Amino acid sequence: MSPRVVFPNTFLPYLLVAPQLAITLVFFYWPASQALYQSMLREDPFGLSSRFVWFANFRKVLSDPNYLNSIEVTMVFSTATAAVALSTALLLAVMADKVVRSRAIYRTLMIWPYAVAPAIAGMLWLFLFNPSIGSLAYGMRWLGINWDPLLDGRQAMVLVVAAAAWKQISYNFLFFVAGLQAIPKSLIEAAAIDGAGETKRFWTIVFPLLAPTTFFLLVINTVYAFFDTFGIIHAVTGGGPGKATETLVYKVYNDGFVNLILGDSAAQSVILMVIVIALTAIQFRYVERKVHYG
Amino acid sequence: MKSLGFVVGIAATCALLSSTSAYAVTEISWWHAMTGANNEVVEELSKEFNESQAEYKVVPVFKGTYPETLNAGIAAFRAKQPPAIMQVFDAGTGTMMAAEGAIKPVAEILPLGGHAFDKSQYLPGIVAYYSKPDGTMLSFPYNSSSPILYYNKDIFQKAGLDVDNPPKTWSEVWDAAKTIKTSGAAPCGFTSTWLTWIHTENFAAWNNLSYGTNENGIAGTDVELKINTPIFVKHFQELADLAKDGTFKYGGRTSEAKQIFLAGECGMFTESSGGLGDIVKSGMNYGTGQLPYEAGAAGAPQNTIPGGASLWVFAGLSDEQYKGVAAFFNFLSQTPIQARLHQVSGYLPVTVAAYEETKKSGFYEKNPGREIPIKQMMGKAPTENSKGVRLVNLPQVRDIENEELEKMLAGQQTAQQALDNTVQRGNEAIRNALNN
Repeated sequence: MSPRVVFPNTFLPYLLVAPQLAITLVFFYWPASQALYQSMLREDPFGLSSRFVWFANFRKVLSDPNYLNSIEVTMVFSTATAAVALSTALLLAVMADKVVRSRAIYRTLMIWPYAVAPAIAGMLWLFLFNPSIGSLAYGMRWLGINWDPLLDGRQAMVLVVAAAAWKQISYNFLFFVAGLQAIPKSLIEAAAIDGAGETKRFWTIVFPLLAPTTFFLLVINTVYAFFDTFGIIHAVTGGGPGKATETLVYKVYNDGFVNLILGDSAAQSVILMVIVIALTAIQFRYVERKVHYG
Repeated sequence: MKSLGFVVGIAATCALLSSTSAYAVTEISWWHAMTGANNEVVEELSKEFNESQAEYKVVPVFKGTYPETLNAGIAAFRAKQPPAIMQVFDAGTGTMMAAEGAIKPVAEILPLGGHAFDKSQYLPGIVAYYSKPDGTMLSFPYNSSSPILYYNKDIFQKAGLDVDNPPKTWSEVWDAAKTIKTSGAAPCGFTSTWLTWIHTENFAAWNNLSYGTNENGIAGTDVELKINTPIFVKHFQELADLAKDGTFKYGGRTSEAKQIFLAGECGMFTESSGGLGDIVKSGMNYGTGQLPYEAGAAGAPQNTIPGGASLWVFAGLSDEQYKGVAAFFNFLSQTPIQARLHQVSGYLPVTVAAYEETKKSGFYEKNPGREIPIKQMMGKAPTENSKGVRLVNLPQVRDIENEELEKMLAGQQTAQQALDNTVQRGNEAIRNALNN
């Protein structure tokens, strides 16, 4: 434990946290309270007339079968995205850890996709897999797969999961590489001397010691799949076909900005806010304890 | 030091302010949704207007798709920073009309430019669609279009079809599509942009069928959809059956199918007459025909309804800006400009004079087929089924239609189920929107 920093006067610490407080107030508390207020209003698109309806919007949203469908879609989407992104990143990190020569180049290449903006990543995948002009779609047809994500909901889901996971792999890779480096070499060497094979060493030593990193990434990836994938879904499927890829975040956008039902949309974003607060709380309660720093 | 900087800043600001007022140019922002060849027309028109006078400057800003532009405008209005002019697509007309406090009727603005406003100059079908029930014209028709049939002459030739006589009814279209597919001339026979606008809204008007009660919403906002009657079901079931083996190929909810047609994948497609610019640009050997109709419908073909978009002006601008908008609209109404807009883009001429002039110039003889969309719209006096479709939330109803039709095309439900669901969900959405 490092010694606590003690400030000689009481004014300075407040001054130092003031910028952060101001940012939080302006960019979180203010819009969040606006959303809360809006979620109890029923309003025309232009805001020319509005009515206060208490919790009627919430009742309407929660009894809407399309909203329940969108919860299901979000669950499938987030689980699949997190699973694909985590397992691929772990595999790549373990591989990259073994590389001796030009390690830096491999790592840089792996981290690259993280710098691509979601909408652009979405467009990339959309073009590659466009049933008419996509080069990869052409290959899939050649293989005899009836590739049509415009009408086949399952294929559309596969496409958005792949695009979303692809973008997140880099981030996970970075943490896994760091995690792997923190595992003492002596443990692995001792196991090797005792005659444990590579697979055995991975599952009995490396994987358990990576657990804090994995759990942290699981939470981060879930939050990512919940909230940061809007751009990808918007660019690739627009929530379709039918409502096959309409996640909760996408529905907030669609009801608010396409259908112009602002009350419902605000109620949905308040529900989402509750979900994200719950997820963050879980992270702090259970993950922080298990992560060993140094 | 600090106060010195402040003084310098003030001085600089004053200098800037005085210099701008010396060359006062009123800026008029114009938010639009035009891409490709049509975007070039927007840029060109603004440039010509700006060069024609020194008082006003029109600044066109591309805001994304039609729905995105509408939302951007609404958000800007709520933030009290609306653009002067906003292009709103046909489906957004009902939304804009319901927002009386947010907009200023064009009928009030045009006289400010020093020109008398004469409604009879404009094509009657189009004016009626953009006017209130009492006849006040609310928005300025900019790009009006009508869906037509395009076909690839090379593919027709290969399939052994008559290159000069495109199919006229839907059953003839299906037959031709099957011939194209089975002869191997192209992997798919038929595709279409905008299933909602072309195959429900225009299908209803063109075959003189009711889309919804209250004259499809023209006579009043309280509408119940009627698009699950047997004739609609028959049409969509035929489409769904053709989709099974790829004779009909679905491209997407808006204009995505244009790419499929341009790639030579499908032999025919229905699309807005406004899509012509890109097809001409591609160099394809194409032909056009009137929108196919349903042979079994009494009185078909009736008339098509205007699609495309009109320009809306927001309320609360300065008098100077309104004068500028009026000057710009008067500029756009000039016969040579309208005639050119029509001939270059494939959109309909908005004024009667532009139509007459294009006729006189012999343009239609040289470009057969270009008069089709005008004749389709003006051929017959509209009935209560064919004046247009106006719902407060037409974009949302179209979304519902798209979702149900996609499930139908994927083979998850029949046409009857898809249309029954659409009507039930659509009616509920309309009731909710009216209850806002």
